[in-house]
Amino acid sequence: MSDKIEKKGREEIISTRGITLNMGPQHPSCHGVLHLILDLQGERVMKVEPDIGYLHRGTEKIAENLFYPQFVPYTDRLDYLSGMSNNLAYVQAVEKLLAIEIPERAKYIRVIAAELSRLSGHLLGVGAWSADVGAMTVLLYAFREREMILDLFEMLCGARMTYSYLRVGGVRYDATEEFKERCREFCRVFPGRVDEYERLLTGNRIWLKRNRGIGIISADDAINLGLGGPNLRGSGVRYDIRKDEPYLVYDRLDFEVPLGTVGDCFDRYVVRLGEMRQSVRIIEQCLRDMPEGPFVVDMPEIVPPPKQTIYNNMEALIHHFKYVSDSFKVPEGEVYSAIESPKGELGVYIVSDGTEKPYRLKIRVPTFMNLQSIDHMSRGGYFADVVAVVSSLDPVMGECDK
Amino acid sequence: MALQDKDSILVKRFQERFAPSILETTVFRGEVTHLIKKESLLDICSFLRSEKDLKMDYLSDVMGVDYHPRAPRFEVLYQIYSTTNKLRLRLKIRLEDGETVPSVTGHWKSANFSEREVYDMFGIVFEGHPDLKRIYMPHDWEGFPLRKDYPLKGYKDRYNPYGEEKE
Repeated sequence: MSDKIEKKGREEIISTRGITLNMGPQHPSCHGVLHLILDLQGERVMKVEPDIGYLHRGTEKIAENLFYPQFVPYTDRLDYLSGMSNNLAYVQAVEKLLAIEIPERAKYIRVIAAELSRLSGHLLGVGAWSADVGAMTVLLYAFREREMILDLFEMLCGARMTYSYLRVGGVRYDATEEFKERCREFCRVFPGRVDEYERLLTGNRIWLKRNRGIGIISADDAINLGLGGPNLRGSGVRYDIRKDEPYLVYDRLDFEVPLGTVGDCFDRYVVRLGEMRQSVRIIEQCLRDMPEGPFVVDMPEIVPPPKQTIYNNMEALIHHFKYVSDSFKVPEGEVYSAIESPKGELGVYIVSDGTEKPYRLKIRVPTFMNLQSIDHMSRGGYFADVVAVVSSLDPVMGECDK
Repeated sequence: MALQDKDSILVKRFQERFAPSILETTVFRGEVTHLIKKESLLDICSFLRSEKDLKMDYLSDVMGVDYHPRAPRFEVLYQIYSTTNKLRLRLKIRLEDGETVPSVTGHWKSANFSEREVYDMFGIVFEGHPDLKRIYMPHDWEGFPLRKDYPLKGYKDRYNPYGEEKE
């Protein structure tokens, strides 16, 4: 890497004094509160140091003091662009500790929810990225489609951003026929919309100039630096937890894992668009195969009664009161459970001491690990490329800072 | 999930090779955890990376747990994965307050941020880390928030009137 800088440095004689520039935390292309400390030689980047923690809320400390079901709303606020994935990672870890199997219908609903949230995450990721490098239109188009997804979520659980829809043992509400119909309609429309983005970006000269050959990272370096998700697959590494360690019903679904070749920003963009198309395929299959049946496990100790019964049934009221005030005990042990979130491997590690609260809860957040590679990707490049590199990693600071 | 059992390669290979360094092996919900001696950590990491049928090339995370007031107080865990063989393994070491751990940044660069996080939250020092400093908390912060004896509300000062009094 240092050779690269020296070589480039000799090509164009740098006569300026090196400067240190603070980019962010208040900067439109810093995706929230990312703060980068850049060492510059003229326009050349010598070193990038991410300074994070501006959004640190101590989520893990909070978790140690809450009942297991009480923590679900906090997970929504990690990667707030795709809350369902966070819900899924957490409830799945608790279910692993409890060793319970959720009903088939709930599994399908969860896959649909997770894939819709992947779409909403990627849409904003690509949209904000294109706005950062000067193609404002795509952001507005992406928000048009994102609106459709948020409407779907609203039909599913009543919320548009912070869902808390998944619960230990299943999901909170059933997916209605009306939801399924609207979802099918969305799947019909959406691939055409992805074509629209491609028409605007893939052949766009400015887009290509800003992204192709920028921020290259080889497969070995990417693995070594702990890159994850679409960013890792952009370098050609076939690592997708949905395929490698299938959870829910991913092993029964037919979908492909898009891969890049070079590992530059453009590859990461191509992978993201490919993943959007695959997500639509997954949702279509789930809508087709979803069986009838219960959407939550039949275990009164971990699932409260339906809200309607609480108002006119004494036993249900007592049951609900017990659930809220005492919660449930989780067997002693420790588990690590990971899912493929839109940004990469989202893992939850729980140490349980047999009580109603986790003894220790650690969230392995993909954005945190992804940011480590900014330095590797930007070194020796131009200052303006840092913007493209950061956007191509699609960081969400709520998740990074926990 | 790819579930492992007692006959898994992750268990057998280890017991053949590192029997004296392994203090305890547990298989719980299909996950293999080895509790190892601190001195052999780097050797085991080299072995994990180089062995053909393991090739654990992806370090998911380094995590800390505080078991205050038990002794030894802390645990440091390494969550390791193999992108080629699709194996998942957890290594665990125990240490007292004030003890240091050798850094694994030489084996996996991704340990850089994770080890800084463990240092920031628990005050565990990683020897040989290129740039060990706080990552989430401000650089002049006092105390380590995820320790069990650190109050949930924090300590009282001019910015935090609701915190607990420092004794």
